[in-house]
Amino acid sequence: MTATTALVNAAATDTGTGEAVVFWLLGPLAVIASAGMLLVKKAVHSALLLAMTMLCLAMMYLAQDAPFLGVVQIVVYTGAVMMLFLFVLMLVGVDSADSLVETLRGQRVAALLAALGFAGLLIFGIGDVTTVNRGLDTANQGGNVPGLADLIFSRYVIAFEATSALLITAALGAMMLAHRERTAEKVTQRDRSVARFRRPHPSPLPGPGVYARHNAVDTPALLPDGTPSEVSVSRVLTARGDVRPPSAGALELRDSETGDVP
Amino acid sequence: MNPMNYVLLSALLFSIGSAGVLLRRNAIVVFMCVELMLNATNLAFVTFARMQGTLDGQVIAFFVMVVAAAEVVIGLAIIVTIFRSRRSASVDGANLLKY
Repeated sequence: MTATTALVNAAATDTGTGEAVVFWLLGPLAVIASAGMLLVKKAVHSALLLAMTMLCLAMMYLAQDAPFLGVVQIVVYTGAVMMLFLFVLMLVGVDSADSLVETLRGQRVAALLAALGFAGLLIFGIGDVTTVNRGLDTANQGGNVPGLADLIFSRYVIAFEATSALLITAALGAMMLAHRERTAEKVTQRDRSVARFRRPHPSPLPGPGVYARHNAVDTPALLPDGTPSEVSVSRVLTARGDVRPPSAGALELRDSETGDVP
Repeated sequence: MNPMNYVLLSALLFSIGSAGVLLRRNAIVVFMCVELMLNATNLAFVTFARMQGTLDGQVIAFFVMVVAAAEVVIGLAIIVTIFRSRRSASVDGANLLKY
């Protein structure tokens, strides 16, 4: 009799083979990506690994009869939220790596132990639970999106209205926080024009060199006497040491055109 | 496969996220770990909805997503504001309230 109940239970909780394959492919991938997010040093790599975890989770939502949430996960999380993260990383500085100095002694070990203990508590606590698997076939009969809409606009309508207030508050708050008061007087067109004529070059700066074999912003243009012009490349490139001298080929070509071959 | 595996995966992801919040010092990475924890709870909600045969869990997961989006906007704005005044995105930098 116990064997029969076990069989019945197995049939009640079992999912299809295809779903098992999806889970055992994507589950380890999600865990590896999120663990990598902890371990990599650069914040951009963390962001990309988090996007990968979110995509794995989206696939799992799709596998679990939640097509609406799967699509929303991809559009909202991996699309909007991760773009926002990358955008802020760009503002704050892509290379702002973590400092490796421990401000509190033993904090790292304690944090790891706490996380491991927490995981153990959760997993062993959950492991003992007997479960049912009713499936969403009846609930999704009229389609997943109409079913969700029925719930959102009837039973959860108050919560839905509250989220609209929350979103407006968040938008206003972000505007308040990102706003900066103007401390200096606004620069007018006349000011800019006066400042330009006080410079050594009133004209725009010369463009970078255009040669037969080189046409890039890191190659300086040549002055009539054959010396490279320093103002024709960006000062940032000069400071980084990324400026390439006009190649010998370019100089020879120019000399052969003018006729004075050395 | 038992659908409980999804819940176990969600617990694992949640604890990895909490470890990240405790371990990392860059405010943006800490924030991303909070997002990972929210995603892990969403997975648990979707799995419970499927196990119970009702769509309520999916509705809750949807609301979690909405709140997370609002939270990301405000949190990142705060990080940008702190970075603007202190030139650093490290969570150790923002300690003015300590004194």
